[in-house]
Amino acid sequence: MTAPSAPEQTAARRTDGQPAAANKMTEGVRSSPASTIVVTGLLVVVALYFLVPIYWVFVAATKSTDDLFATNGFWFSSDFALWSNLSQVLTFDNGIFLRWFLNSVIYAGLGALLATYFAAAGGYALAKYNFRGRNFVFGTILAGVLVPGTAIALPLFLLFANLGLTNTYFSVLIPSLVSPFGLFLCRIYADATVSSSLMEAARIDGASELRIFHTVGLRVMTPALVTVFLFQLVGIWNNYFLPLVMLSDTNLYPITLGLNNWRSQVDRLPEFYELTTGGVLLSVIPLGIAMIVLQRYWRGGLTEGAVKG
Amino acid sequence: MTSSVPRAEPPTVADAIEVGAAKAKRGANKQVRRAPWLLLAPFMVLFLLTFVLPILAAIGSSFTKVTRKGVFGELGVETTFAGFSNYTQAFADGTLAKSLGRMLLFGVVQVPVMIVLCTVLALMLESASARWPGFFRAVYFMPYGVPGVIATILWSFLYVPGLSPLVGLFDKLGVQIDFLGEGTVLWSIANIVTWTYTGYNMMIIVAQLKSIPGDIYEAARVDGASTWRIARTIQLPLIRPALVLTTVFSIIGTLQLFAEAQLLQSFAPSITNTYTPNLAAYTTAFAYNDYNVAAAQSVIIALIAFVLSFVFLTLTSRRQR
Repeated sequence: MTAPSAPEQTAARRTDGQPAAANKMTEGVRSSPASTIVVTGLLVVVALYFLVPIYWVFVAATKSTDDLFATNGFWFSSDFALWSNLSQVLTFDNGIFLRWFLNSVIYAGLGALLATYFAAAGGYALAKYNFRGRNFVFGTILAGVLVPGTAIALPLFLLFANLGLTNTYFSVLIPSLVSPFGLFLCRIYADATVSSSLMEAARIDGASELRIFHTVGLRVMTPALVTVFLFQLVGIWNNYFLPLVMLSDTNLYPITLGLNNWRSQVDRLPEFYELTTGGVLLSVIPLGIAMIVLQRYWRGGLTEGAVKG
Repeated sequence: MTSSVPRAEPPTVADAIEVGAAKAKRGANKQVRRAPWLLLAPFMVLFLLTFVLPILAAIGSSFTKVTRKGVFGELGVETTFAGFSNYTQAFADGTLAKSLGRMLLFGVVQVPVMIVLCTVLALMLESASARWPGFFRAVYFMPYGVPGVIATILWSFLYVPGLSPLVGLFDKLGVQIDFLGEGTVLWSIANIVTWTYTGYNMMIIVAQLKSIPGDIYEAARVDGASTWRIARTIQLPLIRPALVLTTVFSIIGTLQLFAEAQLLQSFAPSITNTYTPNLAAYTTAFAYNDYNVAAAQSVIIALIAFVLSFVFLTLTSRRQR
C-alpha cells in the first residue's frame, strides 16, 4: 500500500486553519505612533458601541425595580440586588428559565450535531461521486440557500399541523436538521481536500463506501465540519420565528421565546423588568463567552467554502 | 515471478483469483453507484420535507381558496381553485407593497452602511496600526451570539424614555430624541440589526484578508505603496467575493426582518401589524386565519429574496469578467 495515511493528509491540508496566523500585512512593518493612536482610538470607540447594551443590562440586573427607573442607568445604585434578582430568575415559576435554557441546548446542540453530519454526508456524496442527477440535486439545494427561512416557516407550520407535529419538540428540531448552506460548504471542502486515490485505496482494501466516508471523509473534512456545526448552532439558538410559529406550550419554549414571554408582561407587572433583565444577562453571558472562545475556529471552513464558490 | 507463463496453461489458482476479483469489482461498482444516494438520503428526505414540500404546498394553497358551507361552516369546507385572487388580495389594501417599500428603503441604507462599516473595521484590524486586534475582533463578533430577540429586548430598554439612560443623556445635551417615533423607529431597528451582524460580516472579510499571500504586500511595499493605496488597489479587489457574499446574506436578512419589529411594537405604536412583509404574513395567518393569502405573501417574499440575490450575484459576477 503506497497511499498516504489519512492523518498525514489532514496535516498537509491544515495550512489554512491555524488560529493564530501571523498577520502578513503587518510583518516587518512599523506604523507611526500617531496612526496607532488614531486607529486604536477608533477601534475603542466602536468597541464601546458593541459593549454598551451589555454593560447596561449588567447594571440593570443589579437593581431593584424602583431603582431601575429612579437611578442613572449607566451606574449602580446603592442597593445591590443582583443576587436576589438572579435567584428570582432561576426559581420563578418552578425554574422555568432553566427549562427554557435546557430546551435551547437540546434544539441547538442536537440539531446542529445531526445537521452537520447530514450536510457532511450529502456534500461528500456530491463532491466525490459522479452520478446522474448530481447537478440537478445540487442546484435544487443551492436554491434552498437563497430562500428565506421565515418565508418557509409559515407553510411548514401548515404542513406540520396536518401531520400533527406542531407544538412538539420535533416541530422545531426537524427543520433544524437541514442546512443547505452547510452542505454547500461541505461539498466545496470535500472537493478540495478528500483525495480520490485515498478512497480508491480504501476500496481495494475492501472497505465499504459508507465506511470510507466515516473513516476517510469525515476525518479530512473536520475543519469544515466545525464551521458548519457552529454556524448551525448559532442559527438554531437565535431562531425565533420558527418556534414562535410552531410552539404554544411554554414548557417547550427555547430561551428566546421564553424571555420575550416575560418581557411582554412588563406593562402590567413591573417586576417582570427584573426577571427580563436578569434572564437576558444570564443568557448573554454563556453565549458571549462561547463567541469569544469560538471565533478563532470560525475562519477555516468559511473562507475555504463560502468565498471560493 | 510466474507472469511470463504462456496462456495455453490450464486455469490456475491465479486465474481463479482474477475472476473472483472481477466479480468483486462488479459488486463494488454497484456499491459505488448506490453510495452517493445512500449518503444523500437523510439530507434529501429532510430537505424534501422541510423545504420542497412546504414551498410546493404554499404555492398550491396560494392558488386555492377555502369556502365554508353553511352559516357556521357546519357543512364542511370546500377548496377551490382561486387563480391569482389571493395575490391580488395580498396587494389589495396596499400594506404589503408599503412594507416592501419600507424594507427597500431599509436595505438601501442599512446594508451599505453595515458593509462599509465591517469592511473598514476589518481593514483597520488587519493594519499595522491596530493594537490588540484579537481583543477587538472578539468584542465585535460577540453580539452575533446574542439572539435577535434578546438584542431587541436589550436595545428596546435603551430606547424607552424613562428607563433609557441614553434618552436622558441626550436630553441633558439639549437634544430631544425619540427613538420610537414614526420617523425614527425604522432606524432604531436598523441600529439593532447593525449591532448584531457587523461583527459577523467583519469575520468573513477578515478571513479573506488573511488569505491574501504575504508576498503581494511585500511587492507593493517595495514599490513604495502607502497603506491607503494597498487597501484600495490590493485588499479591496481581493476581498470582493467576501463582500458579495455578505451583501447577499444581508439582502436576504433584510427581507426576513421580523423579531425586531414585532418586539418593538409594544413600545412603538407606529409599528403596525404589517410593518415588515414577514410581520404582514404572520398577521394574516395567525390574526386573520387566512392561510391562503398568507401563503401568497410568503411566496411573494421568497420570490423577491430569490430574485434580488440572484440579480445581485449575476451583476457582480459579470462585472468581474
